[in-house]
Amino acid sequence: MTVHHIVGAAVPRKEGWDKVTGAARYVDDMILPGMLHGATVRSTVARGKIKKIKFGAGISWNEYVVVSAKDIPGKNCIALILDDQPCLAAETVNHAEEPILLLAHTDRHKLRKAVEVISIEYEALPSVHTLDESEQRSAIIWGTDNTFKSFLVEKGDVDALWKEAAHIVEGEYFTGAQEQLYIENNGMIAAFDPENGVTVWGSLQCPYYVHKALMALFALPEEKVRVVQMETGGAFGGKEEYPSMIAGHAALLAMKSGRPVKMIYDRMEDMAATTKRHPSRTRHRTAVSKDGKILGGEIEFVIDGGAYATLSSVVLSRGTIHAGGPYYWPSVRIRTKAVATNTPPHGAFRGFGAPQSLFAMERQMDRIAQVVGISPVEIRRRNFLKPGQSTTTQQVIREKMDLDRLLSRALELSDYAVKKKRFAVENKPGPRKKGIGIASFLHGAGFTGSGERYLNSLVGVDINAEGNVRVLVSSAEFGQGTNTVLCQIAAEALGLPYENVSIAQPDTTVVPNSGPTVASRTAMIVGKLVQSAAKGIQETLTRTKLLRDEYTSEEFRAACKEYIAAHGALKSYARYEAPPDVFWDDEKYRGEAYAAFAWAVYVAEVTVDLTTYSVTVDDFVALQEVGKVLHPVLAEGQVMGGVAQAIGFALYEKVVWQNGRMSNNQMTNYIMPASMDLPPIRVFFEELGNVHGAHGAKGIGELPMDGPAPAIINAVEDATGVRFSSIPLLPEDLFEALRPESGEQFVSASVRGTA
Amino acid sequence: MSLLPAASAKWEVSFTVNGHAKKVLAHPMERLLDVLRNDLGLTGTKEGCGEGECGSCSVLLEGMLVNSCLVPVAQADGTSIVTIEGMAAHALMKLLQESFLECGGAQCGICTPGMILAAVHLLEKKPQPALTDIREGLAGNLCRCTGYMQIFEAVAKAARQRVAQ
Repeated sequence: MTVHHIVGAAVPRKEGWDKVTGAARYVDDMILPGMLHGATVRSTVARGKIKKIKFGAGISWNEYVVVSAKDIPGKNCIALILDDQPCLAAETVNHAEEPILLLAHTDRHKLRKAVEVISIEYEALPSVHTLDESEQRSAIIWGTDNTFKSFLVEKGDVDALWKEAAHIVEGEYFTGAQEQLYIENNGMIAAFDPENGVTVWGSLQCPYYVHKALMALFALPEEKVRVVQMETGGAFGGKEEYPSMIAGHAALLAMKSGRPVKMIYDRMEDMAATTKRHPSRTRHRTAVSKDGKILGGEIEFVIDGGAYATLSSVVLSRGTIHAGGPYYWPSVRIRTKAVATNTPPHGAFRGFGAPQSLFAMERQMDRIAQVVGISPVEIRRRNFLKPGQSTTTQQVIREKMDLDRLLSRALELSDYAVKKKRFAVENKPGPRKKGIGIASFLHGAGFTGSGERYLNSLVGVDINAEGNVRVLVSSAEFGQGTNTVLCQIAAEALGLPYENVSIAQPDTTVVPNSGPTVASRTAMIVGKLVQSAAKGIQETLTRTKLLRDEYTSEEFRAACKEYIAAHGALKSYARYEAPPDVFWDDEKYRGEAYAAFAWAVYVAEVTVDLTTYSVTVDDFVALQEVGKVLHPVLAEGQVMGGVAQAIGFALYEKVVWQNGRMSNNQMTNYIMPASMDLPPIRVFFEELGNVHGAHGAKGIGELPMDGPAPAIINAVEDATGVRFSSIPLLPEDLFEALRPESGEQFVSASVRGTA
Repeated sequence: MSLLPAASAKWEVSFTVNGHAKKVLAHPMERLLDVLRNDLGLTGTKEGCGEGECGSCSVLLEGMLVNSCLVPVAQADGTSIVTIEGMAAHALMKLLQESFLECGGAQCGICTPGMILAAVHLLEKKPQPALTDIREGLAGNLCRCTGYMQIFEAVAKAARQRVAQ
């Protein structure tokens, strides 16, 4: 066997050529014979009883296929965790844009007109639209107390320490909703056949989530539901749960019409109706010693889940576990909850609760530094977690990590000390104020706690007679590089050229359930299973004496040919096995929350212009320890893209709500960063390794979403001396806080966005 | 009475697409984007926003970079249009495609055809662009995956390689 350096090398992206030639096939590029187009009729009120549905005049309704909740053969829900979200509202609606009816027609233009003339009368019910209203229970809109889920993490005796604290530092922080804004809108095509059941092709992250939802909706056994992932034009969590809804809708229309149905959302529908990042509020009360050591504290973290439970409990879980940041807390009490409001359900978005609670933690650290009278650098150094210490959930850090070193390197790379001094001097005159801010943080890779054990992922690798190897996983490619990285791992394991390995299109009739493509779990967890499954192929070929221990790719090819001639096929599977030393207590929320954490220190340099009240990020350093970097260009791309989204989260992207409906649901007035808006994003890695991941890899996809927002707002405070606590921080917010007549030196909650 | 057909009726529109003369029957206000994708099967042109913000539907019309979602097909009558599929033979194309692949300029790929057309358009006007020229040249094309840095690098690299050739 030749020495291979496929893992760690910048091999070409597997599906790259199709993407740069425009040949890649996304769902909207697919046409089936006789296909109809589908559309959704949605609620216009936040909460109410459906009284009457009127099909308006001037439309030949007999040309249309119309589906209502009555047409659902199975359970009227989108099966996920609590199964509380209906596929089509039958009697009541709980948020604006909730699907009520479905229409299909051959002509897309006629479809639009028909949707416009359907009018629905409601008997209005009281609704709630903010976290506060939900907590005050002005109306009970979900369960008995508007609460989807709550967690309590306790470590040590918090109540005993307030007396001995030199300082007690309090803070309240807010983050807004954020739209994933993948450039390809959601879409699905469905076909139905009484014999074979339902097939859907779509833009999605989790084929087996859609599969599970369709089985419940149609009351069909697993072999009668087929889900195929098409090339997916960005997802970021936004295609984790909602595709199950669209798949259900397209499939219901296909069943009723007897023809294939395509449902492609336009941008306005996608933004108004599908999921967004959960808005949040975090309150910190921290007890600190005279020399700036955290003694303990209370953290209260609340997220707005929208009208149905969907994924809120899991988002809350990750936000809860990350709420204490990368610091050592001798004692802590973290109380968290996800509450209901009458808005479309909030859902998965890169970071999954962690960007929210870490924003608060990292702003609180700068606040603590001020109160104690030490620098933002020093406060972090004195409180960093170290190997052997335990996290807030009492997970003892056993992996190699060194946050102190990471911080020193980040400061050096960003020229922090020099700039900090220079800005303090140069800022005095003139309207342009410069500032520099840091954030240190962590991100757990894989499902939380016992999550990976429940997922029980299965991965396959097979070969053909030509000696080509194929990876069989339900892990989806949506830009992040799944195809490439998993093929690299298989090629390396088998000692074959990268070109000899391909990956199957995710299709539930072809690939096993390797779990959802979420939670920064693919490279680390699925990758490790791909490695084992590939090794299984090699072991079979050597055990049957077709292959020696050392071989060339020609010898491998000959062995495959011979094996297949004799046995027909060779497939090797690997199933997830939980590491033996991992313990998690779901009841007490205590134990090993994640098999590995990635660690990072980011530094942002900003200019605040007091003429335009705009904030510009001038330079951005992103340094992280993510274990082994499997592909340098893809890894760098993940970080750059995450940082860009997080700059949007901090400074540009504001969802404007009106009665629980997004009113700026267009790219024209919901502003994401464009090519002129971003600083140089300078990405650096440390590679300390991880025993649980393929080749020592950890998760990387979500990490870069966590740190930029607090680093930027810390820099804005450094520039202006004003304590902002809420994001997005828009020019109008800065204006409110900084205009001369406002006369406020510290505005903590005054710029809080209304939900 | 106008001599033009009623707006609701279909018109015959003739244009050149990727060097081939084409005639289509379409409503005059039909978006060029839809005619290219649905009538001509040129699905490399993508829809992102439908309102001229994201640039995923970029095509070259008479050599100008336009958002095909904003062009009524009647307006394209008699013009020459180039889509990503028609760029295969273009001198810059291979360099750009390869540099996009090497530098990580394409992730999910949905903005890529439009981004590459914008890059071609830029490099035709400015063969040796500075970073600010690249940023400006791509300002009409949104990418949610990359944070743009690797796209800038890809365009700069293709420009350098063309000069070297």
